[in-house]
Amino acid sequence: MRDAAARRPTTLAEQIWARHEIRRSDRGESLLYVDRHFLDETCFFCFEDLERRGLAVRRPELTLAVADHTVSTIDRLAQPADAEIRAALDWVRTVPPALGIPTLAADDQRQGIIHVVAPEAGIVLPGLIVACSDSHTTTHGAFGALGLGIGMSESTHILATQTLWQRPYRQMRITVAGRLGFGVVAKDVIMAVVARIGAEGAAGHIVEFAGDAVTGLSMEGRMTLCNMSIECGARAGLIAPDDTTFSWLEGREQAPHGAAFTRAVAAWSTLRSHADAVFDRDVSLDAAAIAPMVSWGTSPEDADVVTEAVPDPAMAPSATRRNRMERALAYMGLTPGTPLDGIAVDRVFIGSCTNGRLEDLRAAASVVRGRRAVVPAIVVPGSRAVRRAAEAEGLDQVFRDAGLEWRDAGCSMCVAMNGDRVAPGERCASTSNRNFVGRQGQGARTHLMSPAMAAAAAISGRIIDVRRLPPAPAP
Amino acid sequence: MTPFRTLRGIAVPVDGANIDTDQIIPARFLLRRRTPDYGRYLFHDLRFDTAEQGRGFVLDRPDYRGAVILVADANFGCGSAREQAPWAIQAFGIGAIVASGFGDIFYANCLKNGLLPAVVEPDVAARARALLADHPGSAMTVDLDRRTIVLPDETSVSFAVDEAHRRRLLDGKDELSLTLADAAAIDAYEAKRRVELDWT
Repeated sequence: MRDAAARRPTTLAEQIWARHEIRRSDRGESLLYVDRHFLDETCFFCFEDLERRGLAVRRPELTLAVADHTVSTIDRLAQPADAEIRAALDWVRTVPPALGIPTLAADDQRQGIIHVVAPEAGIVLPGLIVACSDSHTTTHGAFGALGLGIGMSESTHILATQTLWQRPYRQMRITVAGRLGFGVVAKDVIMAVVARIGAEGAAGHIVEFAGDAVTGLSMEGRMTLCNMSIECGARAGLIAPDDTTFSWLEGREQAPHGAAFTRAVAAWSTLRSHADAVFDRDVSLDAAAIAPMVSWGTSPEDADVVTEAVPDPAMAPSATRRNRMERALAYMGLTPGTPLDGIAVDRVFIGSCTNGRLEDLRAAASVVRGRRAVVPAIVVPGSRAVRRAAEAEGLDQVFRDAGLEWRDAGCSMCVAMNGDRVAPGERCASTSNRNFVGRQGQGARTHLMSPAMAAAAAISGRIIDVRRLPPAPAP
Repeated sequence: MTPFRTLRGIAVPVDGANIDTDQIIPARFLLRRRTPDYGRYLFHDLRFDTAEQGRGFVLDRPDYRGAVILVADANFGCGSAREQAPWAIQAFGIGAIVASGFGDIFYANCLKNGLLPAVVEPDVAARARALLADHPGSAMTVDLDRRTIVLPDETSVSFAVDEAHRRRLLDGKDELSLTLADAAAIDAYEAKRRVELDWT
């Protein structure tokens, strides 16, 4: 099988796929082995299904359960007022551990958003297949793993068999060549990609990100990039592992150690698309042309550089597009032609599986240091480990001194299931991943942007190009 | 799962590309039990205001009452992986969705629940929606055996659906019960995999 694979040039995703294929059905579907399976507190439905069928969890040790969607970011030990949340958090604290599944319940010191805690524990490694009933599982592609967002029926299927049926996807390569300019980060790159190819642009595809602007990113930046590849419809988004990946993994609790790590690096180093691999679609972006991005509508594809204005639906290429833009602008309360730079915001959210890592918090802190927020702003670390690391650097104090709220870890205002939400009609500058209608709360108006841009919005009370912010006052 | 062969009945048009699963069922209902009134959560915030008063959304217009087919636009069901989206659609009484494209995860979730996502060309979906808007309450037929859709004007068009899923829907077979027969192959793979991943 290896020899056959060696004869045909393949992409990284195809190589991972081939190594996990247990068998292929006569209808062309692959039965894939799943190396890592993640669950959250909403997955109790799967276990009820499993019980109804009288099935056991096949490989509990390859599974990880966390509490992230509904946890309080204010008081972790308080009983949630909401009975459904209380039941979900009780479920995750008791049921998965009883079945031998490693679990990070709400009060665990290692708790956090699954897409933050699994990588930081060294559980996600190059070449693995990772699945989770959460669409942002694409995050794990940052390690050269295949991260597949799935539904709960598929999660039940994995619990029982450790496998997943998938039909091969088309292959797309997105190359970002050149150097990113000052103030331009991974969030801007992925928002520019989504704006360019559209919310459906990569549907049915696995995307490999390449180019020096991608390989130049830190692991945190790579996770941001892959995380939002779902926003252009990608089935998965991944980056070939390299020295940046290996150094990040070295020493992590569940990554291989010592001689095993050396052997692993040797194996991981072979994981890359062949030079002559064929992609069904190739897209290129010029890194130097990317600027800080801001969304203006109700789909992540509705975004532009901050120096632009709210677009005019009259200029839309089609009647259906015009109609959608009109509805989006009506919901967002925006008038065509209004410069994005200058739109007043009511609230700021810094966090999420997209931008809740230490590098993100450092970027936000560097903007607010020595200044004052003029609108309510919350900073929600992606994990409690990130929270501790930020506190060790004094970032919590920087945020508090600037009037931002320093919270505990969780999904929080990105999905608005835990009580952290944006009020109807309020406008929020957010580092999250989705500006869908009602995503941050009923009637909430979301503007997606990078952590530094969101921090700049907090201190100016409006969307502002972080590059033209005057230097912070000396301490 | 009940086998799916042919579905005929009232079809309801839902306009707009990129209808995400947050629209199909808002996140605050994700922990709800699947009670008989689960269909109330479908498109909840498009159908009801904050005082739970109806907004006159197309699904609730008397002409479309009892709809069993939903006709949408491009990239329907994009966004979140929540399987509650197809659950809510089914609970409302819909058995097939016709659109020019679906979010990949939503598409798979529909099939696992016996809800048929039928892919047609964008102009076909647009024509169907226009016909349904002009003649509210008219019926369509989705024939999975022949992979055809009969539009309200009685014209017949073909649709695409993954062949493996088509067979499973027609047979009403559940994927997991089938995979359990592969246990020996999975065991063999795991044994080989342990050697391959000697660093783990």
